[in-house]
Amino acid sequence: MKHVLLTLAAVGFAGQAFATPPVPSEVEFDEYGAVEASLTGEPGDPARGAEVMVTRSLGNCVACHQVDDLSEAPFHGEVGPPLNGVGGYRTEAELRGIVIDAKMIFPETMMPGFYKTTGFIRPGDGYTGKAAKEEDLEPILTAQQVEDVVAYLMTLQD
Amino acid sequence: MKRKTGRAFMASLIVLPVMALAEADDDTLIINEEIEIVTKAEAPAHLEGVVSEVISGWHFRSDETQALELDDFENPALVYTDQALDTWNAVEGSEGKSCASCHDDVETSMQGVRAVYPKWDEKAGEVQTLSMQINDCREANMGAEPYKYDSAPMAAMEALISLQSRGMPVDVAIDGPAAETWEQGKELYYTRTGQLELSCANCHEQNYGNMIRADHLSQGQINGFPTYRLKNAKLNTVHGRFKGCVRDTRAETYAAGSPEFVALELYVASRGNGLSVEAPAVRN
Ligand code: HEC
Ligand code: HEC
Ligand code: HEC
Repeated sequence: MKHVLLTLAAVGFAGQAFATPPVPSEVEFDEYGAVEASLTGEPGDPARGAEVMVTRSLGNCVACHQVDDLSEAPFHGEVGPPLNGVGGYRTEAELRGIVIDAKMIFPETMMPGFYKTTGFIRPGDGYTGKAAKEEDLEPILTAQQVEDVVAYLMTLQD
Repeated sequence: MKRKTGRAFMASLIVLPVMALAEADDDTLIINEEIEIVTKAEAPAHLEGVVSEVISGWHFRSDETQALELDDFENPALVYTDQALDTWNAVEGSEGKSCASCHDDVETSMQGVRAVYPKWDEKAGEVQTLSMQINDCREANMGAEPYKYDSAPMAAMEALISLQSRGMPVDVAIDGPAAETWEQGKELYYTRTGQLELSCANCHEQNYGNMIRADHLSQGQINGFPTYRLKNAKLNTVHGRFKGCVRDTRAETYAAGSPEFVALELYVASRGNGLSVEAPAVRN
């Protein structure tokens, strides 16, 4: 249903490239789990990306990753590798793929998929502990927030 | 999603830094300068190849929090066990009985009970938690209303009974008639739930010793339950804690007292076989 609406919206915006982000289930990964195309066609905003990374209800990336550049936000976790310099050794497409659904590159990883709405066991309605109907699930981040985070990660150069 | 092959190739090129587990500290826990608590023990046989040592959550807390458990005059949980002692002796229900009418002195009759729960109950034909047994007695033996499963009076009564096993080794049976329930609990422990797709094992088996945001991850042991938490200033039941952890994976939780959580409790308890009963513990 949502898909149909989005497709209609896309028709409405015909001519304007990338006016409508792909729904999560239609994102195209390459054979390495990278995503070449921007989800929005709009450049990401690194400052907003940094905000998403430290905000608990959004990316909360620092819960698991040490990022020295974000040291003013307290309590960085140790579950994942530090992300210092990651923009230097990973491509933008790889980083986009990792943020959208890291399991496409690291099959068993603990890292959640941030632009993903299907395939979950007992998905909840946010952090309420109550059931969500799978059709109602929103991805944790919006398409633009994904692009903002990717833009921020690209600024992390050694 | 359009998946193609070749991801494994990519993954094999990625060399991750070896994540050394930050050691649990080396402090020792002796309560009231008298009761020695085994807070680290060789892992039970069923965990072979998974973890070598089982460690109480006490080791992962700050010195200040740890200190609250050293002396019962400092331990805020003891206020609740005192209240439960009054309940123990109070007549309730249609039969005109108290717990003490049948079980006399809690300090002798309930010694060692907590250490073997959850356990198979022959009459009921199912694995029972201590809470289920308490409610059984209230309903069947006293004609009293059952407590709500994870309510304050239930937590207090459970803490009082657990206190009588403090220092004794956790020793829940996982074989015989309990085996099926135990397997179900194990399955749940490794199931990745919710929109974050995380299992108990992701955090408490693979990452104990690591920080996740501001929290120092422990093994998620339940030898200290019910625990007094500084965060909410009350006694917390095992199922209450399970609910919080499942909720934090952005999942629909199971209900306190549900067959799923009973099975999970049996399994998690068995991962602590060999540790001392430490209840009522203090956590942040
Ligand atoms: C629950 C923990 C967790 C959270 C939250 C998390 N990650 Fe990760 N992340 C990991 C783990 C673990 C890995 C290592 C991959 C593996 O499992 O092999 C990883 C890997 C990565 C990598 C690849 C690093 C490299 O050296 O190649 C990037 C980039 C990354 N994460 C970015 C993010 C961003 C951005 C966010 C927030 C939007 C985030 N992560 C949130 C756990 C997490
Ligand atoms: C009328 C007598 C009676 C009363 C009153 C009574 N119980 Fe019991 N209780 C029993 C009997 C008999 C058993 C053992 C058989 C069984 O499992 O039902 C038992 C078993 C137990 C056990 C399990 C002990 C073990 O070794 O596994 C616990 C715990 C317990 N009772 C707690 C309580 C509490 C708490 C109360 C008060 C709220 C209470 N009982 C009130 C008769 C009673
Ligand atoms: C996202 C990570 C995460 C997941 C997944 C998780 N927990 Fe936890 N859990 C925590 C944190 C953080 C704490 C508080 C610090 C600690 O003791 O680890 C905690 C605490 C606990 C405690 C209290 C330990 C004590 O000593 O008082 C128990 C028990 C527990 N978890 C059980 C579970 C079970 C069972 C599951 C699976 C249903 C689970 N957890 C899933 C993060 C998690």
